Amino acid sequence: MRLTEAEENRYNRHLILDQIGREGQLKLKNAKILVVGAGGLGCPALQYLTAAGVGTLGIVDFDEVDLSNLHRQILFNHQDVGRNKASCAAEKLHLLNPEIELIPYPVKLEASNAKEIIANYDIVLDGSDNFATRYLVNDCCTALNKPMVYGAIYKFEGQVSVFNYNNGPTYRCLFPENDATAPNCSEVGVLGVLPGVIGLYQATEAIKIILDIGQVLSGRLLQMNLLTHETTQLSIQKRKQQTQTAHK
Amino acid sequence: MNVECKYFGMIAEITGTASESLILNDASNIAQLDEQLKSKYPKLHFVSYQIAQNQQIADTHIELNEKDEIALLPPFGGG
Repeated sequence: MRLTEAEENRYNRHLILDQIGREGQLKLKNAKILVVGAGGLGCPALQYLTAAGVGTLGIVDFDEVDLSNLHRQILFNHQDVGRNKASCAAEKLHLLNPEIELIPYPVKLEASNAKEIIANYDIVLDGSDNFATRYLVNDCCTALNKPMVYGAIYKFEGQVSVFNYNNGPTYRCLFPENDATAPNCSEVGVLGVLPGVIGLYQATEAIKIILDIGQVLSGRLLQMNLLTHETTQLSIQKRKQQTQTAHK
Repeated sequence: MNVECKYFGMIAEITGTASESLILNDASNIAQLDEQLKSKYPKLHFVSYQIAQNQQIADTHIELNEKDEIALLPPFGGG
């Protein structure tokens, strides 16, 4: 496979990087990433993955664009309110880069369809807004041996990690059971730029995995606070029995 | 024994601070530290979190040492 002349122009600033070049750009072109949730995390990740030339992007979201989404989901505009997020995102992203394939799934990810959808992709980027979906994505990625690029947010703080990468720790190695009491941003609020920052960290990790460059955040959780700029990295060990309960 | 504690997300809202030095009474492992923290901050009984010792997520039986860096990490939601 080769890059077309238009692709050579479009991706020029990648091509002249020693760590990417044509070989790396072709890896991106051949890659398939599924983004679960076209919300605060998923939208910015999708925009940069599209621009970067990831060849196939799946977008799962059953929800509709709401006016209260627009302070952070800047892929959408006020005319999109009421439209399905997956379909709307695919339409917008096609305008950004018509060279790639965008596959919207305007459905709710559930146990009955998750494995079938995820099986078609190399990497899953978790931008879900609820713990049931996050655990479902984690468990399917574990079963199918797919890396899961994780991002999560709370008001002004964010978390990023890569789970199930090269048989590394999974989300259940960090939080074994779905007994989370943490509310989502619709309940406690969120600084609009926070999911943008975290979503772009997720996009960065996904690109690093595809290109096999740098140090992937596997076995480590990056925690950051945008108010103080304090960042912390915590190491996560793989658990053999992923049944230990969280402190509660 | 003294340890340095860091709190994230809603844990910091419960403790009212992002970090503090804690003098341990009789606590010598992670589980006992957790009990002391829950005694000091009863609302911790109602939230979920993991405890890290010196930047590593730790099991409850792990022994504590002077000047250990402890972190209480809650799960965050999405968006």
